[in-house]
Amino acid sequence: MNMEPHISAEEFDIRQFMRLDLFPHFLCPGCGHGMALRALMWALWEQNISMDKLAVVCGIGCSGRLGAYIDSNTFHTTHGRPLAYATGLALARPDLHVVVITGDGDCLAIGGNHLIHACRRNVNMTCLMLNNEVYGMTGGQVSPTTSPTRYTTTTPYGNAEPVFDACKLAEAAGAGFVGREVTMQVPTLKDLIKQAFDYDGFSFVEIISDCTEIFGRKNQLGESAEMIMSQKASTRPDSYGTRVDEPFRPNSLPTGVLVKTDRLEYRAHQQSLNPKGQK
Amino acid sequence: MLAKVERKNIQGNEACALGAIAAGCRFFAGYPITPSSEIAHTMSRELPGVGGTFIQMEDEIASMGAVIGASLGGVKAMTATSGPGFSLKQENLGYAAMVEAPCVIANVMRGGPSTGMPTRPGQGDIMQSRWGTHGDHPIIVLAPESVGEVYSETIRAFNLSEALRVPVVVLIDETIGHLLETVDLTPPDPASIIERKWATCDPKDYKPYEITKDRVPAMARPGDGYRAHTTGLTHDETGFPTQDTEKGKNAIGRLLDKLEYHKGKIESYEAIDCDDAETLIVTIGISARAAKRAIKSLRADGIKAGLFRPRTLWPFPEEAMRKAAGKAKTIIVPEMNAGQLIFEVERVIAGKCKTVGVNRYAGDIITPSEIEAAARKVTS
Repeated sequence: MNMEPHISAEEFDIRQFMRLDLFPHFLCPGCGHGMALRALMWALWEQNISMDKLAVVCGIGCSGRLGAYIDSNTFHTTHGRPLAYATGLALARPDLHVVVITGDGDCLAIGGNHLIHACRRNVNMTCLMLNNEVYGMTGGQVSPTTSPTRYTTTTPYGNAEPVFDACKLAEAAGAGFVGREVTMQVPTLKDLIKQAFDYDGFSFVEIISDCTEIFGRKNQLGESAEMIMSQKASTRPDSYGTRVDEPFRPNSLPTGVLVKTDRLEYRAHQQSLNPKGQK
Repeated sequence: MLAKVERKNIQGNEACALGAIAAGCRFFAGYPITPSSEIAHTMSRELPGVGGTFIQMEDEIASMGAVIGASLGGVKAMTATSGPGFSLKQENLGYAAMVEAPCVIANVMRGGPSTGMPTRPGQGDIMQSRWGTHGDHPIIVLAPESVGEVYSETIRAFNLSEALRVPVVVLIDETIGHLLETVDLTPPDPASIIERKWATCDPKDYKPYEITKDRVPAMARPGDGYRAHTTGLTHDETGFPTQDTEKGKNAIGRLLDKLEYHKGKIESYEAIDCDDAETLIVTIGISARAAKRAIKSLRADGIKAGLFRPRTLWPFPEEAMRKAAGKAKTIIVPEMNAGQLIFEVERVIAGKCKTVGVNRYAGDIITPSEIEAAARKVTS
């Protein structure tokens, strides 16, 4: 899909885009969010998006703290509401490149209403939802994406709730671009984020991340490497298409570009309406 | 040459929207709620014509978030709501106070708690408008008493909000919101319209929350190269979160001191016949209109009555009220709730005279005769 010349990981130096004076960062050892951040910054670099013209809007939680490390215009908003803030910012300042970083709790629980309406409305921005199956920052509580039977600090006997499929939700709500990737292959994730940037409208990318310290250990999922390997093993990339039959590759979690449709971006649509024709 | 005078017979809610546009508001995000909806209707009709943006969001919380997002982008922004929606906006309102994002919230008060009486008037949000969000925070609340004042106070709300980087609430009761009055809509002198202080220094020297003498830091416009960080976490002068209690104390201290330092600019009140008033009436909004009528009748009968009306409700103009109550033996506080403003009046007067409430809390307005009767009772 990506026809641009390959730029090697060695050429990309993430440090030039980071607020290094804030380091060391707060992420736990083994946390997948760092890889997601690397993929995001790499995608921005390859797309030649100026840090001055970028606006990163975050919610609350581990994912929400990532923004502070990016040397750009960064907004750490209220819990669940980054999409609402980003909607106002993107409409008021269409010259900015707006990226939202949110988590599974932030985006699907407290902020679920904003997600479905952002998908439906189609204001130009990219939403990266970092899904680590847990509320990490508050101490490891169950989230809408925690797998059934998993133990968390609020499901001491195991989780009785089914998971939210964020990508299906986004698709059903009308999102024109939906994608999913795991953090194990950063270049693949980077390429997916680039495609999301290219989409004129609201693009949603779910990034399967891992919480080793608070979630993995409690559920004996092994160390970070084991967690991301098993995440990768559970995926069924879109590149498989129909070429590989289900019985031979039973992996269930679709990754890659899951939805890409032509929809008129909100602002463009709004401007196409004739004010004189209003009732 | 005289400016063109434009007089129109309009509702308070329309006046609010037109005042906002005159003040330079170019972004409105809202959610339908009675009795404020005409503000959204007017904005949706008028904003596109002046290059602005109207959006109806999915809920009250999202509208407040979108307003702050637009404001952080550098555009003057507002929302409008009523009691239940005002409650929902409170968390983000606190964020606006904390990150010092200028914004205006019109709250057209309905009767009663909870869903209450959506089409009937109330003044039940006097305390919510001051203390609705959690924690210590600065906020300005303006309380107009007429359609004309809704227009001019909404303009003043934007000017104060931009000048001081603080959220400003325009507290309107349903009666004023739906009252039709002829208003002078002459556009304000462009020189009187205040724009926020933008950062112009070298980005290397920029401190987003610098503690300066006037307590109002310059704001960085995204895209201008400052690459600032904005967070609702307690932050120091750099804008980044801090766990250092000393830095936190300085930052929050400056934030809370901001309005006290600019008190002279913010304060606005009306004092009628207060010099010799033995019976002082303190009230706001439509209740003040009734009080004005009551004072006339009382004075005609030789009762020394006066009115003190805080146009700026919060911060409460306490010194001015103390002065107005210099000769007062009794202060009467009519309000369309079970007693909120009276608490502030009692705090300010600190036991120096008697206080009496005149209260209606089930959707009726307070009549002049009720206020009169209360005054006659205390003076007989």
